Amino acid sequence: MNTLRVMTAGVLLALAASATAIVFEQREFADAEQLQRYKTLIAELRCLVCQNQNIADSNADLAADLRREVHRMIGEGKSDDTIIDFMVTRYGDFVLYRPPLNAKTVLLWGAPFVLGLGGVILLLVQLRRRHSDPATTTPLDAEERARLRSLLDAD
Amino acid sequence: MTRYLLPLGVFIALVLFLGVGLGLNPRLVPSPLVGKPLPDFTLATLRSPDKTLARKDLTGKVSLLNAWATWCVECRREHPVLVAIAAQGKVPVYGLNYKDQRPDALQWLQRLGDPYVASAFDADGRVGLDLGVYGLPETFLVDERGMIVYKHIGPISREIWESDFVPVIEGLRSASD
Repeated sequence: MNTLRVMTAGVLLALAASATAIVFEQREFADAEQLQRYKTLIAELRCLVCQNQNIADSNADLAADLRREVHRMIGEGKSDDTIIDFMVTRYGDFVLYRPPLNAKTVLLWGAPFVLGLGGVILLLVQLRRRHSDPATTTPLDAEERARLRSLLDAD
Repeated sequence: MTRYLLPLGVFIALVLFLGVGLGLNPRLVPSPLVGKPLPDFTLATLRSPDKTLARKDLTGKVSLLNAWATWCVECRREHPVLVAIAAQGKVPVYGLNYKDQRPDALQWLQRLGDPYVASAFDADGRVGLDLGVYGLPETFLVDERGMIVYKHIGPISREIWESDFVPVIEGLRSASD
């Protein structure tokens, strides 16, 4: 029991030591709401260097710069829309993980619904056809019936 | 027959789309700044920290703005082409030395030749950010009103210069005459 307690204390100490040793981009915010906005924004902005990461996850230099900019603008009291506009005027819609619906992205947003609807229609057509066509279920002839019986009786 | 042709058609269309998609370079993100005015900036020059290079220095003529750094491998490859472009004298070439160290950059220009009329020294990359720079080298073609007419991402080769830049520059010249 005592050894366990000592070990736990050791682990906690080690954790505390590592927590003070490593500080990654310490940022200060006026309130919890600002911190939450910061987290949401950096999760939704895409890094242009590591293109499949958001700027929250990316280690790229550019991502660090963009995080710094987002933090700065939040501190200056800019709205989320202003911050997103700032990024879009520089890097285009590409920086947004949720691109806006416009003429260029209509296919991107619309395709899942069109394909889904197409699939449902195809399924319904197939089901109806199978239902209304008795020829698709041909009864077994005598020989097949005998074979089926022997298979079932084998157990 | 259509039973088989339809899936085959869909398959072929899919292969074509994927084939085209494979040929595209995902790193080339079209810049929203093309057709917009060059963002305003004022920075110390690389050579003399007490002098500045600003947006107004680039306007009034067709000019190139090339973002570069000594840590950028592709910039090294591009450099001789820029030197040749500068020697050709069609357009003045300005530099944006992006997130670099001054001694390194000066040494690079001394060793490899300096194609730039002047290079702005953007140590923290703040101006680069306004220009939407995300992968060096990047080159902006700016017209006399200070509008960004064209942007090239990646090193300029002689071929790219002849095919992508020269016709646009000639077009700008004939339009202003």
